[in-house]
Amino acid sequence: MPFLGNLTLDAIPFHEPIIMVTMAVIVFVGLVLFALITKYKKWGILWREWITSVDHKRLGVMYILLALIMLFRGFSDAIMMRSQLALATSGAAGYLPPEHYDQIFTAHGVIMIIFMAMPFMVGLMNIVLPLQIGARDVAFPFLNNLSFWLTASGAILINLSLVFGEFAKTGWVAYPPLSELSFSPGVGVDYYIWALQISGLGTLLTAVNFLVTVFKMRAPGMTLMKMPIFTWTCTWANILIAASFPILTAVLAMLTLDRYMDFHFFTNDGGGNAMMYINLFWAWGHPEVYILVLPAFGVFSEVISTFTSKRLFGYKSMIYASGAISILGFIVWLHHFFTMGSSANVNAFFGVMTMVIAVPTGVKLFNWLFTIYRGRLRTTVPVLWTLGFMVTFTVGGMTGVLLAIPGADYVLHNSLFLIAHFHNTIIGGAVFGYLAGFAFWFPKAMGFKLNEYWGKVSFWCWIVGFFVAFMPLYVLGFLGMTRRLNHTNNPDWNIWLYIAAVGAVIIMFGIIAQVIQLYVSFRDREALDDKTGDPWNGHTLEWATSSPPQAYNFAVIPHVDDIDAWTDMKEKGQYYQSKASYSPIHMPKNTSAGVFMGATLSVFCFAMIWHIWWLAIVGLVGAIGVFIKRCYSNDVDYYVQPEEIAKTEEAYNLSGREGVKA
Amino acid sequence: MLIRNLCNIALASIVLILSGCEGGVLDPKGQVGIDEKNLIIIATVLMLLVVIPVIVMTLYFSWKYKDTRTHEVYAPKWAHSNKIEAVVWAVPIIIVIILGVITWESTHRLDPYKPLDGKHITIEVVSLNWKWLFIYPEQGIATVNELVFPANVPVEYKITSESTMNSFFIPQLGSQIYSMAGMETKLHLIANEPGTFKGFSANYSGAGFSGMKFNAIATPTQADFDKWVSDVKAQKSTLTKAEYYELAKASENNPVSYYGDVEEDLFHTIIMKYMAGMSGMKDMASMKKMEHKIDKNTVQPSHIQGEE
Repeated sequence: MPFLGNLTLDAIPFHEPIIMVTMAVIVFVGLVLFALITKYKKWGILWREWITSVDHKRLGVMYILLALIMLFRGFSDAIMMRSQLALATSGAAGYLPPEHYDQIFTAHGVIMIIFMAMPFMVGLMNIVLPLQIGARDVAFPFLNNLSFWLTASGAILINLSLVFGEFAKTGWVAYPPLSELSFSPGVGVDYYIWALQISGLGTLLTAVNFLVTVFKMRAPGMTLMKMPIFTWTCTWANILIAASFPILTAVLAMLTLDRYMDFHFFTNDGGGNAMMYINLFWAWGHPEVYILVLPAFGVFSEVISTFTSKRLFGYKSMIYASGAISILGFIVWLHHFFTMGSSANVNAFFGVMTMVIAVPTGVKLFNWLFTIYRGRLRTTVPVLWTLGFMVTFTVGGMTGVLLAIPGADYVLHNSLFLIAHFHNTIIGGAVFGYLAGFAFWFPKAMGFKLNEYWGKVSFWCWIVGFFVAFMPLYVLGFLGMTRRLNHTNNPDWNIWLYIAAVGAVIIMFGIIAQVIQLYVSFRDREALDDKTGDPWNGHTLEWATSSPPQAYNFAVIPHVDDIDAWTDMKEKGQYYQSKASYSPIHMPKNTSAGVFMGATLSVFCFAMIWHIWWLAIVGLVGAIGVFIKRCYSNDVDYYVQPEEIAKTEEAYNLSGREGVKA
Repeated sequence: MLIRNLCNIALASIVLILSGCEGGVLDPKGQVGIDEKNLIIIATVLMLLVVIPVIVMTLYFSWKYKDTRTHEVYAPKWAHSNKIEAVVWAVPIIIVIILGVITWESTHRLDPYKPLDGKHITIEVVSLNWKWLFIYPEQGIATVNELVFPANVPVEYKITSESTMNSFFIPQLGSQIYSMAGMETKLHLIANEPGTFKGFSANYSGAGFSGMKFNAIATPTQADFDKWVSDVKAQKSTLTKAEYYELAKASENNPVSYYGDVEEDLFHTIIMKYMAGMSGMKDMASMKKMEHKIDKNTVQPSHIQGEE
């Protein structure tokens, strides 16, 4: 066995100009960042205040940063796919051979779902949820830091596949037998397995962490039925994660055994059965889409009730509807493969169950509508995203119900109609929700608001681009174009492929506008400064703190009497009261255990991918060692003393929030 | 602006779909496809009954209750109404009940496993990396990447795969079904008129997937079909097991080819080939038992047998 397992110089694709240029750009940007951080002597701060931080707000910011970086990566893949398909019409080959193209669409799916949408969702949840329930941090702060680094490790693995070897050429679902060793002998599927496995572990830990946080750490007076709606939808999502991610872990473990140890869970021979993988994959995969979209629903609820300056209509209805969606989400997985040959009774059952989900979803839409009704709607950027969502998602929901009818699915399955549908719900539902939440809570996390003009430019580019990019895909689906084609030869399709490519470019302008927005907002941060901590006249407790909040969130834990706790406090005039004396606050200490475990586990995964057994052992033992050391450490917490709290609070009150009126 | 954009796009799409839908699932040439198209249209119209009001209400409410229109009623504490709640739950429930009934009925009527009325011919379909093999057991011939059958005669397709999973799909005729190794799936289709229809794999199966295309040709009469069969039979090539394994090797964009003769029971051999090498079946007795069990399973892999 060679020292570096299967890893040789041949693994680096020197002959692929696209990859080499990308690599050069990444290395260049990396060097510039390195130089800048060194020049401004920021390494210490970066390490002490961010990388080793257990503060949920900072972890939230890092999650969202990771999500944005991966959005660029995933979107580059999207642009390459759309341009390939626009060029490779009428029998032309285009510029991406299947060898490369098949990796791109696989990476696009995996990155956008696992490394863009999930971190974005978890990031928003991290920043907001503990604040909303009046907690000082999450239940297990170190675990939270570890979760982040596990997610980041998965993302790093995927990006390493760009340079060392290849990524999976199987589609993001990695169905066997194609993903088995006999048909995918390269390292691509191994990258897929380990990247998902390690980030999936991070996600599972996050869910457990936040479930405990929500159930054990709510402010006094906050019963479950007084919890803010975003916290509620995140909680449903976390229940879904806790119940569904173990399935993913198990199915990936089985595929790993197939590929590494000649097991036969899903192989063609030896009594394997690929249908088991497909069932298990979707038993995780379907709840996963609700995991993505439920927190987004929570964001829309918060945004709409805040910016109409009105209570959320049908709060209880919303909670029950989210619960119904969560439970039903578990008994619909078979609709992903009506065409596998199940009997009519089975197909019909899963079809009808899928449609039933449209009921609670429809109720939610009506509830948002009746929240606007008799309100005073301020059309800010978060509101634009919400209105855009309500229009877009309704269309996506309709095409979803259509696909849920087995008789219709028999001709639309795997077509571009399906692609249009799930982008319609994931972009129009989840991503619009995250972007609404991003604009909504940005001042809370960073201390200054985002520039409105560029936010609006971005919104209009995104929504127009979305319709231009994806409506043609519905048409192409009806025209009989199937997904994952590398090139086409049908003159009727060409025009639609061209339009779709234009749409992708319009979305690109939307993303550029967001980058400009961040730059302009940072430049003008003095003018956009949020001194009040409550820039939108919000309803819930996160707005009761400063922007950004102190490390301990609340100097005194508030008592909650109403769903809209902060509005209630403002109405009763109980806000911003300086206390004569404070009690010491118990806080967790930052720790480097998380980042070291992430790093050692990355080494373990990378070594497993390349069959470098000695290095895998080093990585695994290292990770376990760091964990054991952490377990025996007693130096994990500290107290913020009353004098320090008083000083911090006083400084903050002087800085300008006295002027706020309810 | 949002409304105008949406309207324009919707309008343009509808016009273009109606004018340019030739060759797709909205231009069906077989009974199964026609039924499925009608199902799509009925379901869409039903759903638009909720979708259009929601979109219109979204845009209308966001205009009417904009903060600058201060003369409108403002009720910041109004957050519950039993009447509205009842309506917003009831309307989707009613639509879904109707759709559910349609779904239940149509799923049974359009079950791909259900034979169509009339006497059918049988064609065995094998997906290979990356081409389609069609075996005509009744005629004793085989073709690669070309499927020929008479119009107005129901065809029963028995489908399997040599290697990876594919989906056998001719959009203009209707339903698709996966092809899976070691298993047999079934599909029943008919062409209501003669013609040449595009067929392909609708499930990604690797590098050569985009080239897994074939023409499905419905001949005008049975006599035309018989003549085509005898032309193929005139070819001297025979698809033996050895020849089959040669063909099964990965290749892309294969031209159409014909075999005038096919080794007896080749299709069954392809399905059973993964069973032979199973470990733990040292003696003949357990082998027999296993084969019997597998045989039962292979007939209908995931077809729950309750209602037969």
